[in-house]
Amino acid sequence: MTTISASWPTTRQRIRAALSKLWQPYRPVPLLGWLLAALVAVGMEQLVGLPLARTLGMSKIPALFGALVVLDQPALIPSVLLFLILIYILPVGIVARFTAPFTNKIAARLVSYPLVITAVIHLLLLYAVLHIWCDISDYRVLVARMAMIAIILTLSLNVVNGYMGEFSCSHPGFMALGAYVASVFTLVFFVSENQFGEALVPPALGPFLFPLALILGGLVAAVGALLVAIPSFRTRGDYLAIISLAFMFIVKSLFENLEIVGGARGISNQPNYASLPVVFAWTVLAIWIINNFVRSTMGKALNAVRDDELAATAMTVDTRKTKMTAFLFAAFWAGVAGGLFAHVLRYINPDSFGIRKLAEVLAMVYFGGLNSVTGSIVGAVGLTMISEALRPLEIYKWIIIPIMLILIMIFRPTGLIAFTEFNVERLFLPKDKAPEGAEDATA
Amino acid sequence: MPLLEVRKMTHYFGGLRAVNNYNLAVEREQVRGLIGPNGAGKTTIFNLITGVYHPTEGNILLEGEDITRLETNQIADRGLGRTFQNLRLWRYLSVLDHVKMARYSKLTYGLAGAFFGTAKRVNEEKATDALAMELLELVGIPHLADQIVTNLPYGAQRRVELARALATEPKVLFLDEPTAGMNPEELIQMMDIIRRVHREIGLAIFLIEHRMKVVMELCEIIQTLNFGEVIAEGTPEEIRNNPLVIEAYLGKEVVL
Ligand SMILES: Nc1ncnc2c1ncn2[C@@H]1O[C@H](COP(=O)(O)OP(=O)(O)OP(=O)(O)O)[C@@H](O)[C@H]1O
Ligand SMILES: [Mg+2]
Repeated sequence: MTTISASWPTTRQRIRAALSKLWQPYRPVPLLGWLLAALVAVGMEQLVGLPLARTLGMSKIPALFGALVVLDQPALIPSVLLFLILIYILPVGIVARFTAPFTNKIAARLVSYPLVITAVIHLLLLYAVLHIWCDISDYRVLVARMAMIAIILTLSLNVVNGYMGEFSCSHPGFMALGAYVASVFTLVFFVSENQFGEALVPPALGPFLFPLALILGGLVAAVGALLVAIPSFRTRGDYLAIISLAFMFIVKSLFENLEIVGGARGISNQPNYASLPVVFAWTVLAIWIINNFVRSTMGKALNAVRDDELAATAMTVDTRKTKMTAFLFAAFWAGVAGGLFAHVLRYINPDSFGIRKLAEVLAMVYFGGLNSVTGSIVGAVGLTMISEALRPLEIYKWIIIPIMLILIMIFRPTGLIAFTEFNVERLFLPKDKAPEGAEDATA
Repeated sequence: MPLLEVRKMTHYFGGLRAVNNYNLAVEREQVRGLIGPNGAGKTTIFNLITGVYHPTEGNILLEGEDITRLETNQIADRGLGRTFQNLRLWRYLSVLDHVKMARYSKLTYGLAGAFFGTAKRVNEEKATDALAMELLELVGIPHLADQIVTNLPYGAQRRVELARALATEPKVLFLDEPTAGMNPEELIQMMDIIRRVHREIGLAIFLIEHRMKVVMELCEIIQTLNFGEVIAEGTPEEIRNNPLVIEAYLGKEVVL
């Protein structure tokens, strides 16, 4: 007993020391360096990925970093690992490390430009990486778009369940409102020969007016949120959870009984407007705006209200207004995400917005981390991947994911990356002259 | 016209009459004290004036205007700032954010600023940063600005509360036992800070205290409360010699 308890921390320390030593050369790599390295890796995959995969005994390039073969064809795991090392890990490691002096110089120069320019350059690079990576298969395009939609959903729910500390269950409902409104909008205006008759507007205009459909969907979701918020935030106390849950079921049965939008069968044939760049742009916009909000004093008032409501009101914070705003704001983004979702799948029915969707989003929020933009991104992408990997298990997936969630709740009750601030300015800085102990190397 | 006036305020908690026929007139730049045994109703009076509860009877007037039915945040915005007997800080916010939060109602950048980070917001947040730093300097903890409050020692937490209350631009500052739990050295420092705040900002202060040294040295006028009723009001000298006050404290081993 004593030997275990004495040696356990030292083993852990030794592992940690070894890892930190391994990581040492990568400390001075700026974000720009990582993006460049990723670009090289996806470029290599594009060029030599398929022959390499065939040589290693696979029929095609492992679509999701091998997540899919783990359960499907365990025998291929070594090949996949080798593939990952050769295509991703080695190129990224080498390029990131040896271009660091160069990328740091550029990053340092970018500091003197307005933040917008720096941000746009990074985003273009990131999009390039994503685009090339997705070029390999349609499956990747689909998963990437679903992951990004999940980011919008998770982040917006985090505003309510994390930053504001209430428990809302109505996100699938808001999503449904956004999805149906946006779908009807695009089907009525831009698509002919469906239950809504001929297109009212030349379909060529569709992609340009698509943002309108999404915003309209978001606004309708926000109106729905008002119906939840008015009774929930009238008094102090925990009414939100139950009222929002009821709202979700009401919305679902509303659409089930609305024949004009197909009832339980749902609607399909939405135009293909939610392409990869479109979803990417909306995700970036959502992250940017939500991050702006939670970092403002008005946004931080949510934390104040959560941690001590009386102190918040005594410091002039209008708690009701703060809660209402945040709740409607979150619902708006859930609506936008719903609109995107409908145009990615191009088929929705009321069942897409039920308790299962709720479990999924809640899991992403609590897995990634409360009160954290980075956490929500990690949670959404991570769980989308895991969920794809577990697909062969079919319905048993819904046993594994909750168990994982319970484990997370036991060992890290607030999630993986909780209560951090997503500081965009610091993200782009060169890293070669970073002060000691700057632990923000989010690779 | 007094700056703050309370007329015939009575408050019941269910069947318990916590405050009975309470009257108060605070003049500009006055420093007042409120003393009384545990459970006398002192904190309840603060809560009633700052709108946490609404009194069963009576009126509260700030600069002649009736604020009795206003919400706490509106009252705070009109100029009644306060600290709490048991610290009420926000777990995950930094010291600077605490002070900035108290500027909530004074910010004008609105939702557009919050969502899109407009130039107006950037400037306003910057100005708020500067103001908050000034207040932290006034209470002597500018070096703690970036700390998370839960990591701070007790004395520093009390100072955060004070700086935060000052950021609401109070006309009357309510301090609920500002030196509770402090050692003698911290106590002297806190008294200095209160004096400095009073001198530099020129606001009225109303404080609850159990430590007679603090009340007697700081206050011009003291009210003594017992079972929700004022049993004596006067200068420190008068209070010290009032037989009713001595009786209320008998057995408490308080040296007046
Ligand atoms: N919210 C409440 N509900 C019911 N009773 C309350 C409430 N708040 C206070 N009381 C009661 O009112 C009386 C006065 O309490 P109060 O906190 O104002 O006393 P105090 O003078 O501040 O005492 P202390 O010196 O211990 O802080 C007490 O009997 C208390 O139990
Ligand atoms: Mg008290």
